[in-house]
Amino acid sequence: MNWIAIWVTFKLAALTALILLIVGLPIAYWVSFSRRRWKFLVESVVALPLVLPPTVLGFYILVAIGPHSPLGRFYNDLVGHPLPFTFEGLLLASVLYSLPFAVQPFAAAFEQVDRQLIEASWTLGVSKLGTFFKLIVPLSKAGLLTGAVLSFAHTLGEFGVVLMVGGNLEGETRTVSIDIYDEVQALNYAGAAKTAFFLLVVSYAVLLFVYAVNRNVWAAWPRK
Amino acid sequence: MGSMAAEITIHLVKTFPGRAPIRAQIRYPVEGATVLILFGPSGSGKTTILRSVAGLEWPEQGTIRFVSRLWLDTASGVRVPPQGRHIGYMSQDYALFPTYTVAGNIAYGLSHLHSAERKKRVDEVMELFQLRGLEQAKPRELSGGQQQRVALARAVAPRPLLLLLDEPLSALDAPTRLHLRDELRTLLKQLALPSIVVTHDWAEALTLGDVMAVISAGEVLQVGAPIDVFSRPQNADVARVVGVETVVKGRVVEATGGMVRVSVNGTTLMALEAESIGPDVFACIRAEDVVLEQGRASGSSARNHLTGTVQAVTILGALARVTLDCGFPLVAMVTRSTAEEFKLAAGVVVTAAIKAGAVHLISRQGD
Repeated sequence: MNWIAIWVTFKLAALTALILLIVGLPIAYWVSFSRRRWKFLVESVVALPLVLPPTVLGFYILVAIGPHSPLGRFYNDLVGHPLPFTFEGLLLASVLYSLPFAVQPFAAAFEQVDRQLIEASWTLGVSKLGTFFKLIVPLSKAGLLTGAVLSFAHTLGEFGVVLMVGGNLEGETRTVSIDIYDEVQALNYAGAAKTAFFLLVVSYAVLLFVYAVNRNVWAAWPRK
Repeated sequence: MGSMAAEITIHLVKTFPGRAPIRAQIRYPVEGATVLILFGPSGSGKTTILRSVAGLEWPEQGTIRFVSRLWLDTASGVRVPPQGRHIGYMSQDYALFPTYTVAGNIAYGLSHLHSAERKKRVDEVMELFQLRGLEQAKPRELSGGQQQRVALARAVAPRPLLLLLDEPLSALDAPTRLHLRDELRTLLKQLALPSIVVTHDWAEALTLGDVMAVISAGEVLQVGAPIDVFSRPQNADVARVVGVETVVKGRVVEATGGMVRVSVNGTTLMALEAESIGPDVFACIRAEDVVLEQGRASGSSARNHLTGTVQAVTILGALARVTLDCGFPLVAMVTRSTAEEFKLAAGVVVTAAIKAGAVHLISRQGD
């Protein structure tokens, strides 16, 4: 098994989930609580990666961060090397690609929170931000966990976006799925099978965890 | 504070798609523990008015002023959020925070205090609301009455300027509700802070209220002392909304065999014995429950036969509203044909018959 590829993949998935936990919360909060009429526009943009072929998304990200775009030039001037085909570029792409997998469970959890509880908090003098952290987040724990784990699992298995934005650099952007593809191309089926099985087991374990938490199978635990 | 001419002004307009707009104007003086009742049927807009005072609802136009504080003035763009109003608000189903303990709920609004002061205040409030021993309980482990006390304790803990209660007793079962009605009255007086209470229950309005505003279809129809509003509704609309037209002060003189004799300004009324009634009561009689008979009362009976003189007759479509003097003012509602047959007019003497079960007794503070 290619342990370097596995390390890169897990690092990518963990950082993606972490960033989405931070970036996804305000977006999900806005989607849940805003009364703007054009809210559906933002919701559709967030959901776009669900339906777009990864190559299409990857292509646009590549163009957006390339040396000819303002963003690409800005990054190049700041860091000294271009963003495409680096781990950081791949991370950015992964975050965008997994955005709906985090934001949608977050938003669904926030919408479950009784408005009356939120109003009670406000009338007790607690600010909107304070209410978010003291009340809404603890009540949405399961949804936040689901979002983080789903975006982690989704990143584990991404292929098209990695190929478009990351390329295939050992130790930098070569992830497990790319590694499997390479092994098959080289007719090394035994190597591919081992890595594929490993990914299957990990993905299944992750989903087991998510569904178990949401089904509350551990309700016998003291839920203090 | 104290002698300062303190006032609450509520003036607001709010429209809803497919519903009557709310156009409310209420202005009344507050001192110490004045309790204002917003009374009306469901959908009348009373909860919207309360929520606007809390800052949870934004009227399109209006002014809300509490003593010297301006909370809302759409003309000059003043919109103070609920966090800046220093109010205590309790919603109909209490909205206790499920992830916090009882003590945690009460301490929730006290994060501006140092931890020692916070603990002291939580202890004080737990004591006042008889919640000792429940500190570590979660809201779902509490009875309805306990939940209500925790919600009230939480609202009161940060020492608000004004307490707002939305149907404080409606989530409770009937026996608990009766018991807690008097307890709530005592608590509100003990807290010595003005409050606004929304209710559609006239017994609650009489027990809790100092001032009462009758609201129907988004408009304030009458503002006054509850007993005056009930016994002297300004017009037919108010009478229809409040439902009970005779409310008089009385004193229980005897209770035997499930019956109570109540003396009302020298006249004796028989009523069914009710639980936990003090000697001082309001006797409440619906106008529809009064039956008129021609001539003076003859003989005696377990139920009430009162001789009275007609003071006024008002025709309301097919019905007639008759005001009698039976030693106290009594309002009867009869059909127009009965009124014509009996030749009812001022000065005519009639008998009013009222079943004992139709005389509702509500305890009141002694004079």
